[in-house]
Amino acid sequence: MTIAIGANGQSGALLRRVEALSGQRLAQCYQCGTCAAGCPFATAMDVLPDRLIRHLLFDMPGVLEREAFWVCVGCELCAQRCPRGIDVPRVMEALRLIALRTRGDQLPVAQITAVALENLPPIALVASLRRQTG
Amino acid sequence: MQLAYYPGCTIKVSAREHERAALAILRELGIALREMPEWNCCGVVHTLTGENLIRQMAPLRVLARLRQQGEREAVTLCDMCFNTLARANHLARTQPDQVSALNATSGGGLDYDGAGEVLHLLHLLRDRVGLAAIRKRVRRPLRDLVVYPYYGCKLLRPTGIGLDDPEMPTLLRDLMESLGATVVEGSLQTQCCGAYLAVDRAGLVTERVGATVEQARDAGAGAIVLSCPLCHFNFATLQPHAGAPLPVLYYTQAIGLAFGLDPAELGLDDRQMEALGRAVPSQALHDLAHARGGSA
Ligand code: SF4
Ligand code: SF4
Repeated sequence: MTIAIGANGQSGALLRRVEALSGQRLAQCYQCGTCAAGCPFATAMDVLPDRLIRHLLFDMPGVLEREAFWVCVGCELCAQRCPRGIDVPRVMEALRLIALRTRGDQLPVAQITAVALENLPPIALVASLRRQTG
Repeated sequence: MQLAYYPGCTIKVSAREHERAALAILRELGIALREMPEWNCCGVVHTLTGENLIRQMAPLRVLARLRQQGEREAVTLCDMCFNTLARANHLARTQPDQVSALNATSGGGLDYDGAGEVLHLLHLLRDRVGLAAIRKRVRRPLRDLVVYPYYGCKLLRPTGIGLDDPEMPTLLRDLMESLGATVVEGSLQTQCCGAYLAVDRAGLVTERVGATVEQARDAGAGAIVLSCPLCHFNFATLQPHAGAPLPVLYYTQAIGLAFGLDPAELGLDDRQMEALGRAVPSQALHDLAHARGGSA
């Protein structure tokens, strides 16, 4: 199935790129909001996961400038619960990857203090670097 | 029983007490872990896009090394290592061409046949040792301890990798009940604590940990029992509290206490034992908190 609704005369290139990277068909999403309802970090997201998908489908501008996919930690609760089998954390990862490749690193590594480096478990640092640097 | 052991970085840095407790309880159960003579970081997070193969190199190298060392199974204590290694293993089995492509770039160092197996310590305890055998070894039942088991994400999700039902897990409850503890539960047991957001969005971790601790306290819990070293860090250091924080234990430490082992051998210092004793002001736990010198 293809969907051809594009706002602002954009081409749908981002949607195609996200679908290719994530292996997900976003037109499958029926906007039930289950992903947003269960997400432990929804309150910190500037756009909820279901809406982010809608923004991609409608080719809304500014998707790559959003914070939501940096807030997502890939806990996979939403992937577990989505009634349409959409793996939302893969969509988030695709957006992170595209943003990293076009805009550079997200994590200001130099600003991590020496105390934090001393105390944080290696799994926290490595995971954060893997998700937020290219 | 002897098994190969993959520790991972965090176990050797900020979660040494989990390792000490694990080795101590396994010794009591007649199991020895042999640390892999050479190992590397697992990469911590499974990469979720199909176009980032290089990020599979770290976990695949661990699995390749395991086979080169003549082993088939490796036990790990860390939830993140377990999840990442098990998913890389799944990739190796379902898309062996991807392993070949990576291997071609690394001079054969990633030659991996997909025949390795990654076991979480909880697999070993539940499926090989069995809860009945654990119950039999208990010397000081945790009778007056009320615990809230916290699972987080990586033990449970995704389905096919996780150890238990992702929505209604019972593994930690069954284990704690076999030690004689009272278990209370709640909806936040399976929700993420914020994981690596501790690095740059610690406020979000504090908010999640705070909500979970509140749910545990409201249910009457005197301690949180968990498995993941990152969850442990978040609950132990980013827990908001007006008075005393809710004590946080690895399940290995709870088992060790019930086995009557010396708290020091379980990586529990006096301050932690006193906090546990305060959480359970009954005589049994008071005795436990003042136990020194091993088996009762
Ligand atoms: S749960 Fe699935 S179908 Fe429902 S809004 Fe989220 S992605 Fe769409
Ligand atoms: S995977 Fe991301 S979007 Fe989904 S529930 Fe977890 S944090 Fe929220």
